[in-house]
Amino acid sequence: MIVLDGISKSYRLKNGPYEAVHSVSLQVFQGEIHGIIGTSGAGKSTLLRMINLLESPSTGHVRVNDLELTQLTTKNLRNARRSIGMVFQAFNLVHNRSVKGNVLIPLELAGFSKQARLERAAECLRIVGLERQAEQYPSSLSGGQKQRVAIARALATNPTVLLCDEPTSSLDPQTTEEILKVLKEINRNFGVTIVIVTHEMDVIKSICNKVSIMEAGEIIETISFEPKGFAALKNDYQSLRRQLLSEVDGDV
Amino acid sequence: MFDHIMQYQSEIWQAIGETFLMVGISISAAVLVGLPLGTLLFLCRRDQLLENRIVFSILNVFVNVVRSFPFLLLVVFLIPLTRFIVGTAIGTLAASVPLAIMAVAYYSRLVEQSLLEVPRGIIEAGTAMGASTLEIIYKFLYVDARSGLLLGLTTSTISFISYSTVVGIVGGGGIGDFAIRYGYQRFEIDLMVFTIIIMLIFVQTIQFVGSTTARLIDKR
Ligand SMILES: Nc1ncnc2c1ncn2[C@@H]1O[C@H](COP(=O)(O)OP(=O)(O)OP(=O)(O)O)[C@@H](O)[C@H]1O
Ligand SMILES: [Mg+2]
Repeated sequence: MIVLDGISKSYRLKNGPYEAVHSVSLQVFQGEIHGIIGTSGAGKSTLLRMINLLESPSTGHVRVNDLELTQLTTKNLRNARRSIGMVFQAFNLVHNRSVKGNVLIPLELAGFSKQARLERAAECLRIVGLERQAEQYPSSLSGGQKQRVAIARALATNPTVLLCDEPTSSLDPQTTEEILKVLKEINRNFGVTIVIVTHEMDVIKSICNKVSIMEAGEIIETISFEPKGFAALKNDYQSLRRQLLSEVDGDV
Repeated sequence: MFDHIMQYQSEIWQAIGETFLMVGISISAAVLVGLPLGTLLFLCRRDQLLENRIVFSILNVFVNVVRSFPFLLLVVFLIPLTRFIVGTAIGTLAASVPLAIMAVAYYSRLVEQSLLEVPRGIIEAGTAMGASTLEIIYKFLYVDARSGLLLGLTTSTISFISYSTVVGIVGGGGIGDFAIRYGYQRFEIDLMVFTIIIMLIFVQTIQFVGSTTARLIDKR
């Protein structure tokens, strides 16, 4: 479970402080897929990056699995990060390591034995359907395959939470669908909580249980699609869509 | 003509040995000190992991000052330090001191530039995985920058050879000094041409090996 309690983030710019995220509180329960949608510059990435303290909040608390991350020592924070995977829009793979090599990195960092590392890497590549590409280098893969490697890498150390920052934004619609399917399977089979930042309505529609709409550094509304998922909202769909449309760029 | 050159065989071999010693020491200094220093230079930059304006400025000024010194003046300027380290300011080992310091400054700048080419997101991915700064350096930065680091070392080595030719003034010897003393100053043109060809072969070989290896290890 993720609990954000009144977190803000301000940056010091030339013309004074700028608050990218303003006093956001949010709870994401174990096993949920929680979307964050909003216009460019709304603070979505900043908010997401505070969940694993890639950005440290200026004020407020971040609790993941009952661990208060803002209070941890550097070493304990590094340990805590092993149970929070992260996937990026730009994939961020190590280009000079093979597909398998990339999935091995977090396992090496976590000090797994060689045997355990190889087994776990193979297992993660199987989950994302890339066992046959294990020895290839990222440069020879398609965008969708690269993102699968990134997902396998993020899963390696058995995280309870997976943070995704626009994981499908540089992919075509069909590849997007495939990646979302992988994410959904991971959520269903392993109970991994997923927080996904996006500006695409379709992403929210196809996998999220809840969505938070962000604007100017604040969450202005959180909508739950439970218990029957997004489809159950059919009657309210028009109003929901209008609402999202009014908050989000025209590309929705 | 060939006979004439062969007369100087032992001197030429000695000169080659001296060049190898000086360049070898320079490369070692570049790798052992320049690489960590260049890495620190990179990490202390704005918005990097160890952002530190003071450390960055000190390193930056050191690199700029050493690199902007005309090398011959650096050799003279460093004589007291050389005497302190080696015990004498004359000879091949003594000449290696200014060469090594130049090597450190030269290569650390190239290291910094190579590391700047690693996409920022890769460092972030490392941080998100729970990697320490040291782990980010050798599991992410050095891995993805490795061909740039090697090409930089290749360029540096060739510059070290070139710098090593002027240390004759402190009795450093070496193949360049041999060309100047025997070929240029005594008008033995054949000796001069021969030694220049030797240097050309060295430089070509180093560049070829460096470029080829860099290409082979680059999977980007
Ligand atoms: N390191 C930083 N320094 C200064 N300002 C920043 C920094 N990071 C983000 N910002 C600012 O904070 C605001 C929110 O940025 P953020 O990246 O969180 O937006 P976003 O909602 O993810 O937008 P996008 O959809 O374009 O990715 C932006 O105005 C951005 O310019
Ligand atoms: Mg963003």
